[in-house]
Amino acid sequence: MAEYKRPDNEQEFKENFKQKKPLMNDTQAHYESSRCLFCYDAPCMDACPTGIDVPLFIKQIQTGNTDGAAKTIYDSNWMGNACGTICPTGVLCEGACVYNHQDVAPLLIGRLQNYATMSVIESGKQLYYPGEDTGKKVAIIGAGPAGISCACELRTLGYTVDIYEAKSQPSGLTVHGVAPYKISNEEVMAEMDYLQNQLGYNIIYNHPISTKEELTKLETGYSAIFIGVGLGITAPLNMTGENLKGVHGAVEFIEELRMKHSEMKIVQRVVVIGGGNTAMDAASGSARLGAEEVTLAYRRGKESMGAYDFEYDLAVSAGVKGLFNASPLEIVGGESVEGVRFVKTELVNGKLTNIDGSEFTVPCDMVIKATGQAKQGSFLSLIDKLTLDEKTRIVVNADTNQTTNPMYFAGGDAINGGAEVVNGAYDGKLAANGIHQWITQN
Amino acid sequence: MVNWLRMEFTNGSLKTKDMNKKDKIDLSVNFAGIKAPNPFWLASAPPTNSGYQIMKAFDAGWGGAVWKTLGMPTINVSSRYGSTNYRDTRMAGFSNIELISDRPLEDNLREMAEVKKHFPDHAVIASLMVDTRKEWEDIIKQVEDAGADGIELNFGCPHGMCERGMGSAVGQEPEVLKTIVEWVMEASNIPVITKLSPNISHIVDPGLAAVQGKTDAISLINTVKSIVGIDLDSYAPYPVVDGKGTNGGYCGPAVKPIALHMLKDLMQHPEIKNTPISGIGGIETWRDVVEFILLGATSVQVCTAVMHYGFGIVRELESGLINFMEDKGYTTIYDFAGKALPNVTDWKHLNLKSEVKAKINEDKCIGCDLCYIACDDGAHQAIAWPTDGSRIPTIIEKNCVGCNLCSLVCPVEDCITMEKFDDGTEHETWHELTESDRIPNTWNDDRAGGKGHYVPEPAEALKHKRKDKAGIK
Repeated sequence: MAEYKRPDNEQEFKENFKQKKPLMNDTQAHYESSRCLFCYDAPCMDACPTGIDVPLFIKQIQTGNTDGAAKTIYDSNWMGNACGTICPTGVLCEGACVYNHQDVAPLLIGRLQNYATMSVIESGKQLYYPGEDTGKKVAIIGAGPAGISCACELRTLGYTVDIYEAKSQPSGLTVHGVAPYKISNEEVMAEMDYLQNQLGYNIIYNHPISTKEELTKLETGYSAIFIGVGLGITAPLNMTGENLKGVHGAVEFIEELRMKHSEMKIVQRVVVIGGGNTAMDAASGSARLGAEEVTLAYRRGKESMGAYDFEYDLAVSAGVKGLFNASPLEIVGGESVEGVRFVKTELVNGKLTNIDGSEFTVPCDMVIKATGQAKQGSFLSLIDKLTLDEKTRIVVNADTNQTTNPMYFAGGDAINGGAEVVNGAYDGKLAANGIHQWITQN
Repeated sequence: MVNWLRMEFTNGSLKTKDMNKKDKIDLSVNFAGIKAPNPFWLASAPPTNSGYQIMKAFDAGWGGAVWKTLGMPTINVSSRYGSTNYRDTRMAGFSNIELISDRPLEDNLREMAEVKKHFPDHAVIASLMVDTRKEWEDIIKQVEDAGADGIELNFGCPHGMCERGMGSAVGQEPEVLKTIVEWVMEASNIPVITKLSPNISHIVDPGLAAVQGKTDAISLINTVKSIVGIDLDSYAPYPVVDGKGTNGGYCGPAVKPIALHMLKDLMQHPEIKNTPISGIGGIETWRDVVEFILLGATSVQVCTAVMHYGFGIVRELESGLINFMEDKGYTTIYDFAGKALPNVTDWKHLNLKSEVKAKINEDKCIGCDLCYIACDDGAHQAIAWPTDGSRIPTIIEKNCVGCNLCSLVCPVEDCITMEKFDDGTEHETWHELTESDRIPNTWNDDRAGGKGHYVPEPAEALKHKRKDKAGIK
């Protein structure tokens, strides 16, 4: 039996996709912040990819200086609110909290962070102003976490910023690619509006950059260009049956889920192929949409999954069943999907090996491929002198995020191959400072 | 008349009572002739404003109560209380600008008689504050007639009433205090407790005046003159009364150290030490009670803790006190009253040869490094930052002066301990050095301690710049 009833309206959808990290109230924030030890050279700060001064902002919450707390957060991370909610805090700041060493619950740093940032987002308190106009313009390709962060930082430095975004709203995977129980669309957009209202960068929506001509136009019209294009659609499995009706990519599935909510209709039986965090989100999402049977199939053992343990636990608690050491051979069916044929696997001398004669079929009405996103190689090849590594990631200078083509800077999934929002936020900020340095010196 | 409160409690209780254990211990007191089943009394304050409250308190387990001060007609303001909150702790300190009882005297007297009828073995003490000798004589007669077991003279209230020449205005003038005590002693047929104000440089002065006026007992401290904070919108002190405020009387856990010190000063004074003292000031837990008794108090009075948690906290006081007495083998509080007094001495009598140094238990350390930064910024640079990336700091023994700071800031129980380093055979005090003319008189004196102490060069301070991840700005 399914754990969740199929949601028929927005209210029921919200119930099924209840926020995992709800906003703290004043009393919760007061008591929680009082627990912070204000560690010297705090490990939580080191564990944060953007280096937020966590003990300081918690102390500021404790002393009633919530605006100051928000400023401390945004000083390091322009995606401060989104990160508080969707960061895997258990393996970052909260995982580094010294309380863990005494088996005392770590500080709820992510939720405290949200408490502070939502407070200024709701009040609209202006914390930043555009810097004195430099007369220079920078183009940004992609309004994801990296692009938005780069834009914010550049505006404080006095640059005019135009962001070219392929979709119709900003924040990239924050709103399109994260499970709905991690953050609501409204909350993501509230932060996006808050930042744009203060800093005044331009976003040109529904405007993908995909041709050489468009790039040339940017090169002549702007002093520098930031590439924050992320990754592409779900990569093909190159497997028989992949084009049957009912086979979906995980990223596309989650995007549809986030945009349609209860309008999205789920089938009875779903098989999700993959072992990463996106697979968990897709499996969990299917179950919360009311699918009767959701099978998460991974070709290796459970311990080898790329997903965080808590993500898998969350999927299991939603009713998802794990199927391990099962490698998909083909997707079967007539016009539509009828099942996935697997072969059992085992490790032989450290090598994953199919077990002959162990083939079996899991019947299903839908297959979600969560086996990674395609690279943007063909687009990136349009840019002159841009070096990519063997995994099609843009090569950048680690101190400036400048690419091998000096007027191009890059960040986010396009340089790391797919990581967290917080990594993109850091990259964008770093690149903005790199751009500023480069333009100033030339 | 049926005591419905008591009925309700006993009928509803299924708790096991270990009669054997409790029977060995006798908590009853005879304080300057005032008898009570235990030393836990309510101080004269809002919790003793009515017979209802006092009956409820006695039923909950309190042994005595000092009735909210009776005196003359007053009018109170609203609001009346303010507090000092520390992190997640509310009312670590508490301030009030409430005056003495504003209820009609005859109502208080009638209720006092009723309480005594219900609880003949509990101590009911009338706190009094009036002006002229005639008024003192009249009101003493009235409370004696109502059945009060004793009288407490309120010479401590530091707000409002002192502006009318009473309360702390008396407590700050030992001669006036002595005169009034003499009037009262002449008029009274029941024991008299003189309650002192801490708002004075030398508590011995009013203490001695009270004893010379022949008081039967002393109680202290009353509240400390204070401003607990300023409202940042109205720019007025708390509690704010229509845009203005006044100094209040400060009490609660924050004032306990001041009270303990004043108690000690009186209990060590040769002319005062035989006068029973009721300890007041920030008492909330059994441990507070024990500490006051160890410095000589033979009853304790509580107010703020009850205003915060209600009368029920007496269960914790009683249980903790009994447990302590069991562990130490005492049967009455008199077995250990004043036991710490011989160990409270002047600084000049402390052993300069005694040496302790901090020790960090690596297994318990969680790596917060509060000890490191506290020592480096706030003390003696005697803790080394770990060079192995472990975040577990180490003590630089040659620099450790045994100040305790690291052990005080450490958030882990028993992680940093202070270990004895001397062998206990040597003893030398400043007093002895002075007597034998051996005190250091030049800066380069080896015995001064600071000469060989390692201190980093000033410029080393600038090496501690914080690293900033994307902080180009």
